Amino acid sequence: MCGIVGLFIKNPKLESQLGALVAPMLSEMTERGPDSAGMAVYRNPNEAGCKVTVLAQDSEFDWEKFEKSVNTNFLVNKFYVNQNHAVLSLNSSLDKVQDWLHDNWKDVSVTSAGSNIEIFKGKGNPADFIEQFDIKNMTGTHALGHTRMATESAITTEHSHPFSTGQDLCLVHNGSLSNHNRLRETLRRAGVQFKTDNDSEVAAGYLSWRLSEGDDLDEALNHAIEDLDGFYTFAIGTKDGFAVMRDPIGCKPAIMAETDDWAAMSSEYRAIATLPGAENARIWEPEPTQIYSWKRN
Amino acid sequence: MATIDLNKSTIRELNEKLQGGSTGDKFIVNNTVGKHALSVGLTKEVDVEINGHVGYYCAGMNQEASIKINGNAGPGLAENMMSGEVRVTGNASQYAAATAHGGLLVIEGDASSRCGISMKGVNIVVGGNIGHMSAFMAQSGSLVVCGDAGDALGDSIYETKIYVRGKVKSLGTDCVEKDMKKEHKEELAKLLDKAQMNYAVDEFKRYGSARKLYNFDIDQVDEY
Repeated sequence: MCGIVGLFIKNPKLESQLGALVAPMLSEMTERGPDSAGMAVYRNPNEAGCKVTVLAQDSEFDWEKFEKSVNTNFLVNKFYVNQNHAVLSLNSSLDKVQDWLHDNWKDVSVTSAGSNIEIFKGKGNPADFIEQFDIKNMTGTHALGHTRMATESAITTEHSHPFSTGQDLCLVHNGSLSNHNRLRETLRRAGVQFKTDNDSEVAAGYLSWRLSEGDDLDEALNHAIEDLDGFYTFAIGTKDGFAVMRDPIGCKPAIMAETDDWAAMSSEYRAIATLPGAENARIWEPEPTQIYSWKRN
Repeated sequence: MATIDLNKSTIRELNEKLQGGSTGDKFIVNNTVGKHALSVGLTKEVDVEINGHVGYYCAGMNQEASIKINGNAGPGLAENMMSGEVRVTGNASQYAAATAHGGLLVIEGDASSRCGISMKGVNIVVGGNIGHMSAFMAQSGSLVVCGDAGDALGDSIYETKIYVRGKVKSLGTDCVEKDMKKEHKEELAKLLDKAQMNYAVDEFKRYGSARKLYNFDIDQVDEY
């Protein structure tokens, strides 16, 4: 089943309330996905260098030692730990940071990379996730969230959404893909790396691959319609907005709403109903295969 | 007249109250905020007015009751309705009136995909447009569309009269345009009148079953 929510702030005055607005939306989707939850938040850009979110599976992981090591090797703009994740804003190229992590810190994995994006995810009830990660106090321009009801692969933090699909890009998915095993092998041969056997990660990997082949996001999504077999509603977070697309059959639910202050998408209206002014918002259901996107000017 | 506030009552309490109503009773339901399975399984001639948007499966299995939703409806509206009347002032999501056997469903706005899928005798009047695969495997009843119809209208249709005022993006397998005879004009006029839709009968075209899928055709054996 799974639940998706997305919120894009149009009125900058509301940016300070992004977390407070999106947390009830995610919470409302608990029944659609009680197994795990995740959130991508776009905020505090570090344009000069890069921003990386890492996840350590080991609850005993020594974050102090990790922070010291980061400080020794990089010029750090900001470093903070949130539960079993840490966000690193560094004055360095992304490639250099990723290589360094890969060579020195095998027990952390990268959940997001770019200049604005931060991705957090965790097993268990979405309400606990919201509480533990203090989602309500997060500020930012836009956020995408996911509540997961696992149908095709294990319940772990790494199997949880959102999946990073490239710099400042991420994907959340409601549905199931039927050709993900074969597609994963094809993509592996093209050099795309996968951490899990999850079908949604294949969709994310597919989009990363298309983008690296020179597609823009719209082109990549149009190629996805050809190459992905299955049911899906995708929400894709970008540096300055997000996009929504449903499969050609359009059987997985999605609803969108917009006011002068915000634009939102969700699996169900009741998540949108929590937003201020929802009762007077323009509300519509996205058409199959049509790409809807919002972008900050 | 009883008012039920869903900020104070659970969905189960609401449905028990509505199901326990007597003929002629009137109910108002407030603070719906997209909740699921509201006003389902009613069997008496009661009047229910729901203020706000509703989630999945509103007015499911309705018999006799008259239910009006002042807002939009989520997937599965009036699923398997047997009789009575359900009206939505806004839009309805996928598979409205799926498998419904009787009664009247009026959607004043647009209906999404698969409206009237496997309909078995219900009458549906949509004020706006309908989405793809509507009236798929429809068996009986009438579907009136005052706007346009999406792809594959009436695919694999058995019997059912489909009246469309606007454009049809494409017809599904075995669904064809048919003549508007006197009895069809009369039926359509009655449905439009009942639904309070002010359109001239002559603006509509009728679609229905070519009845070519009723029996296996040996010439198509290679298709399998």
